[in-house]
Amino acid sequence: MKIAIASGKGGTGKTTVATSLARALATAGHNISFLDCDVEAPDAHIFLHPEYNERKDVNLLIPEVDMSRCTGYDRCAEVCQYHAIVHLGGRTLVFPELCHGCGSCTLECPERAISEVLDKIGILEAGNAIYGLSFAHGLLDIGKPFAVPVIRELKRWHASEPSTLSIWDAPPGTSCPVVESVRGADYVILVSEPTPFGLHDLKLAVQLTAELGIPCGVIINRDGVGDSRVSEFCEKTGLPILMRIPLEREIAAGLATGKTLVEIQPRYRQKFIELSTQIESASKLGQRS
Amino acid sequence: MKIIITASNEDINQPFNPRFGRADTFLLFDSNSKEWSTLANPASHSSGGAGPQAVEFISHKGVDVVVSGRFGPKAVSALQAAGVKAYTALTGTVSEVLEQYLNGQLKQVG
Repeated sequence: MKIAIASGKGGTGKTTVATSLARALATAGHNISFLDCDVEAPDAHIFLHPEYNERKDVNLLIPEVDMSRCTGYDRCAEVCQYHAIVHLGGRTLVFPELCHGCGSCTLECPERAISEVLDKIGILEAGNAIYGLSFAHGLLDIGKPFAVPVIRELKRWHASEPSTLSIWDAPPGTSCPVVESVRGADYVILVSEPTPFGLHDLKLAVQLTAELGIPCGVIINRDGVGDSRVSEFCEKTGLPILMRIPLEREIAAGLATGKTLVEIQPRYRQKFIELSTQIESASKLGQRS
Repeated sequence: MKIIITASNEDINQPFNPRFGRADTFLLFDSNSKEWSTLANPASHSSGGAGPQAVEFISHKGVDVVVSGRFGPKAVSALQAAGVKAYTALTGTVSEVLEQYLNGQLKQVG
């Protein structure tokens, strides 16, 4: 089973939930594969303490034009959806920061004047973490604009065995990197907070999971602050509230020292184990319908 | 000579639009005929790469000079490749900005 953790709003507690779920299930003897898909700001390693033993570059294939063969036919610019290649004043210019690496220009060039060169955009790292948990994350290089290829490569590189339980910690927001992170999951846990901002972004995240056809449920973190509109929204739309984590000084202080929720308050271990059972039956129900 | 001033609509008495790639309209002044014409910028709502796309468009129109408020780095490389001169203005209506250019008051980019 594959569970993704997303939120819409940043800072609601995705990584707190993801790492606590991973730790609770790993200590209960499950085979866990954990992917930190927030390649722009990965931080799950702080809680899970992996020792990396594998490392791999992520590259895009970007076009390089041989001007001695280019006849200015302009087919490359026509097929490029991102305007990363243009023919101007007798020269064909490539803008690597716009190129998504699709290869269309290379394939379509009638003069075969375009070849592809590697452009490194990030790295992947993997290793074992606490309780034999298999851990991997990606790191987008500074100044590179595309998180999606790094996330895609991370999920391909660390595709897990069917018997393992995969936990994918998604980045905040509801744009392409989140879609790429959540894609292929059996269930999405949406972590929200009971504030107008939390509710606003939760609604967007719910739309995203609906679009992808993945069942989801909500964990309300920092319960007790703000208002009751997140709960009301969940009730009205039939979204299950999977767990409530209250705003408590003890929890905040523990997280600030790099501990997961199950270490700070051990009673959460059982709660997260029950949560995974609940999700498993919900995602099976979803498959049948 | 063909000169483009970036604008928000076709009125030359309205303030010019200081954005290049994402300006709504390009107002083209032909210094030979002394006439204005209006070009809609096909790149104004592009999801990315508006600069090079706008340069490609104006380059095919045979434009010699473009005046705007700011040019992004990709637009600057594309303008240089296309051989289109770029100038920056600070403030004014479209017709005032044209005057500033014709009087040699504007700074060339690159």
